[in-house]
Amino acid sequence: MKRPKIKSIPYEEFKDNETFEKLVGELNAKGTNVIVRTLDELIDWGRSNSLWPLTFATSCCGIEFMAVCAARYDIARFGFEVTRNSPRQADVILVSGTITTKMAPVLKRLYDQMADPKYVVAIGGCAISGGPFTKSYHVVKGVDNVIPVDVYVPGCPPRPESFLYGMMQLQRKVKVENFFGTTNRKQKDPYREQMAQISEELYQEEEQA
Amino acid sequence: MTDIKDNTLKAGQETAGQEAAKAAEKPAAQPVAAAAEKPAAAEKPAAAARPAAPRPAAAPAAPAAPAKNQIEPKNVAPAELRAEMERLKNEEKMDFLENLVGMDWGEEGLGVIYQLESTTTGKRAELKSVTADRENPMLPSVSDLWDIANIYEREVFDFFGIKFTGHPDMRRIFLREDWVGYPMRKDDEAEKNNPLRMTNEPLADVTESLTLNADGTVTKTENRIFEDGEYVVNIGPQHPSTHGVLHFRVSLEGERIKKIDPILGYIHRGVEKISEQMTYPQTLALTDRLDYLGAMQNRHALCMCIEQAMGVEVSDRVKVIRTIMDELQRIDSHILFFSCLCQDLGATTAFLYGFRDREKILDIFEETCGGRLILNYNTIGGVMADLHPNFQKRVSEFIPYMRKNLQEYHDIFTGNVIFQNRSKGVGVLTKEQCISFGCTGGTGRAAGWHNDVRKLHPYAAYDKVEFNEVTRTEGDSFARYMIRMDEILESLHIIEQLIDNIPEGNFQEKMKPIIKVPAGTYYSAVEGSRGKFGVLLESNGDKSPYRLHYRSTGLPLVAVMDTACRNSMIADLITIGGTVDYVVPDIDR
Amino acid sequence: MFNFNIVSSWIHGLLTGVMPEWAAILIESIVVALVIITLYAIFAILLIYMERKICAFFQCRLGPMRVGPYGTIQVLSDVLKMMTKEVINLRQTDHFLHNMAPFLVVTASMVTFACLPWNAGAQIIDFNVGVFFFLAISSLGVVGILLAGWSSNNKYSLIGAMRSGAQIISYELSIGMTMLTMICLTGTMSFSEICAQQATEGWNIFRGHLPAVIAFLIYLVAGNAECNRGPFDLPESESELTAGYHTEYSGMHFGYYYLAEYLNLFICAGMASTIFLGGWAPLHIAGLDGFNMVMDYIPGAVWFIGKTFFVVFLLMWLRWTFPRLRIDQILSLEWKYLVPISMINLILMALIVSFGLHF
Repeated sequence: MKRPKIKSIPYEEFKDNETFEKLVGELNAKGTNVIVRTLDELIDWGRSNSLWPLTFATSCCGIEFMAVCAARYDIARFGFEVTRNSPRQADVILVSGTITTKMAPVLKRLYDQMADPKYVVAIGGCAISGGPFTKSYHVVKGVDNVIPVDVYVPGCPPRPESFLYGMMQLQRKVKVENFFGTTNRKQKDPYREQMAQISEELYQEEEQA
Repeated sequence: MTDIKDNTLKAGQETAGQEAAKAAEKPAAQPVAAAAEKPAAAEKPAAAARPAAPRPAAAPAAPAAPAKNQIEPKNVAPAELRAEMERLKNEEKMDFLENLVGMDWGEEGLGVIYQLESTTTGKRAELKSVTADRENPMLPSVSDLWDIANIYEREVFDFFGIKFTGHPDMRRIFLREDWVGYPMRKDDEAEKNNPLRMTNEPLADVTESLTLNADGTVTKTENRIFEDGEYVVNIGPQHPSTHGVLHFRVSLEGERIKKIDPILGYIHRGVEKISEQMTYPQTLALTDRLDYLGAMQNRHALCMCIEQAMGVEVSDRVKVIRTIMDELQRIDSHILFFSCLCQDLGATTAFLYGFRDREKILDIFEETCGGRLILNYNTIGGVMADLHPNFQKRVSEFIPYMRKNLQEYHDIFTGNVIFQNRSKGVGVLTKEQCISFGCTGGTGRAAGWHNDVRKLHPYAAYDKVEFNEVTRTEGDSFARYMIRMDEILESLHIIEQLIDNIPEGNFQEKMKPIIKVPAGTYYSAVEGSRGKFGVLLESNGDKSPYRLHYRSTGLPLVAVMDTACRNSMIADLITIGGTVDYVVPDIDR
Repeated sequence: MFNFNIVSSWIHGLLTGVMPEWAAILIESIVVALVIITLYAIFAILLIYMERKICAFFQCRLGPMRVGPYGTIQVLSDVLKMMTKEVINLRQTDHFLHNMAPFLVVTASMVTFACLPWNAGAQIIDFNVGVFFFLAISSLGVVGILLAGWSSNNKYSLIGAMRSGAQIISYELSIGMTMLTMICLTGTMSFSEICAQQATEGWNIFRGHLPAVIAFLIYLVAGNAECNRGPFDLPESESELTAGYHTEYSGMHFGYYYLAEYLNLFICAGMASTIFLGGWAPLHIAGLDGFNMVMDYIPGAVWFIGKTFFVVFLLMWLRWTFPRLRIDQILSLEWKYLVPISMINLILMALIVSFGLHF
């Protein structure tokens, strides 16, 4: 069998999940308070097992997402079947399909409407880099130009197995989060201030109008 | 939150963070999961490598006689266009405006190709009209003769900047209203003029229409789309039942719909424009991604168009394989139609029943083509690979299985009194409306319009098989639904006739390494999953098309939504949208 | 049958022995409140798990499998997630109403939850006009829904809330009418007496025969509509209004709606089993004394919960089979069919009772 050549991960490591689990363990073992860490672990466990996706699909990958929800691949096994149509209630946005420049502000707004903690999975070549349409005048070259992406799932469209694998990777990523623990609360979030400023301006404008 | 997002773990094989993905770019990011999948860029070497290289002489020479799908549009001056069109409509009964394609002929000017057909006599007419004025091009509108021309002309205005005098609503339809330039013009620099705008798109409530006066001057009049006090609800662009990213601005009176204003283009990828920079084999890859539920048929149409233009005759084996694949794709699409309709109407269980059976077809596709949804199977001069040895067995097993399960669909959903009450008499479209709006496929056939391309202009192996064109007369949502259910049976019947006698032969004709189509205008159409899918190819003898236009099957279906939904309720909008069965990437292209 | 009164009066005696009566009642109230809230949460989790599994089995799927054996603690992780999720405060909305709406809904459903007779003597709210009280409190929930729609400043929410208002208020009529029919038979409005009566004289659905069966069916339809569940899930109909009246709610505020939806289902089923299927009363068949003896050994709470879950299963079956109705169809079903039928049914029941034709 011809092994795919992957730049940053050796093939053997790619194949087994233990490497990732170990990585998660290492990232978590940073000498935090036991009680705080235990609480964090509990919350991370809850969050990682209950990632409700927003029903958001722009093109082909959306159909594959429907296939993932359907009987054969059954995303419900992981507890992700509660797809929410309102971004307020969703935890993860699966950007499945091409994002055009007309859609980009809408996507950004959807992302802003979601409640924290929120995650983004870029699904398919189009969402990662523009895919077959990179040369187009109306396609955003990668959804990471618009919103921060947590997991990339390549394919055109990705097989349902890749979807599931991508979601499992997201679970691992969620497991290294801190809710009570080590996040530096003194450090100001630059993004937050910027957002507050923008919304204040918008509010002022609307008041005047 | 932000600092956590930085240690990125990625699915697939990328771990290094967002830079890695961007550095890897398209080809590296793609081929992992779907191994047989070939993105557009990878297509070229594959296609070039296939034919034994040093045999240019064996390839068919350019034919002396015009290719059978060549069209020669009659040139009509803009001033006479209006009278000529009225004559064709009223005297020659050309009631079906099949295509209205904008063109940029460079020196010659900007213009439009019209393709007309008479549904009674079957006569066809092709016209073109050119205006040399590039600054302020204007042509007379025909939107009052054919309803569909309204949206087609807006499309031409959007891409070429041709203004149509007498058109009631000259707005952009695909691109943002603050878009600069007209991207399909050969001299337009769309990307340079239009950086990514992250501001919310302004949506105008006022639109303008131009009237050409007798003395040659133009007067502008303003039309209001929505009045000030109207309760306008946005259905979409992010909405679960628009089947993709479609945006309807719906004006409501309580629960009743007063008016619908569709806004398209949220998935407009400029497929037609990028095709102009690609070689012919490369353009094929994009067709699968137009209407992904008609991937086989779309690609079939383009391959057939190029083959006929070049005078290449494919073997009988290829014809039969293509026919079987088209029909499998049609079943796949109709099952998905059933599933999504059930989901939209709230019957979630039926949705999963549909998907269960759809997986069987995907298995068959996967064995032969390697892909599940995007198949990349047809090529110019044949198909990508020969049939898998299991193909016949699998398909023969599938036919009785599907017949049995179709009965189950009827038991769980069709007979349900709630569904019948919600669909019968809802969204009625008359035959005349369907023809005027160009709603081909199941939607037109539900109103009694015989428009099946497989019957009218047989292609591939359709002249060798026996099947019925399913039609009904009610024209309501239930009829549209039943048409699709019955078409599954017809498709099974077609496959049944072909599957046991697939003729021997080449699965791929020998082609030149670089494919060039002789200069001219060509048009081929196939019966897609949801209507007539046409390819209009303008070539000037180069290795890439001068202009490639796809007749979208879904655009007329969206255009007709306003007519179909007037005075219905919001819930009916979902039913009607579900049963006319549009796929958004196909509309936006 | 074991009467729970023995336990409660024993505790009461014990407490009044060491403290004044008002203190004892205060402590008892607090304990009872805690018990209700705990039970409420437990049943919500159970129901959500049940729904996800049952719908999966209807749809040839497996449902939650990964979190705990057979996904049993899946819902727990959802709850944890929901509790730590951000609650978004919207600008240009009425904050007070917006935040109050979910609490109204959850309060209404908790108080009605307290009306359920779990066992002989184990009933938290019980007085002589219990049925009346139940109807009054349960209609409080619709205020929460209307407020949610109004205060969200969102068009989808508003349409959803209006639909919901029209639907719930209409269907309350049928529920009231069917309950009246059964009160006609039992002659009392107190839940404990209704159950006690059924324990001795047989389940109401058998006693009242024809009109009782009709009333039961109407109650199931109307109750399902009252809970906003499919095929009557218009107010939040996903394919039309994204998430209906709770479109703008996130985090735990949305969680309250989610909880209340499932608990309302349970309460609706619990009422059906109390009024029609005997509540905690065991199944007795006249003449089979041995069988009746065995049935008596099964505790009343088991009977009650068993019957309730049976009705819940029926309602879930309905939900996962039927497509959604349209708003005008829902209203015409109620006003043109259910209300006239239940009116005639009430007269029929009155005649049967006055002529003594019931069992």
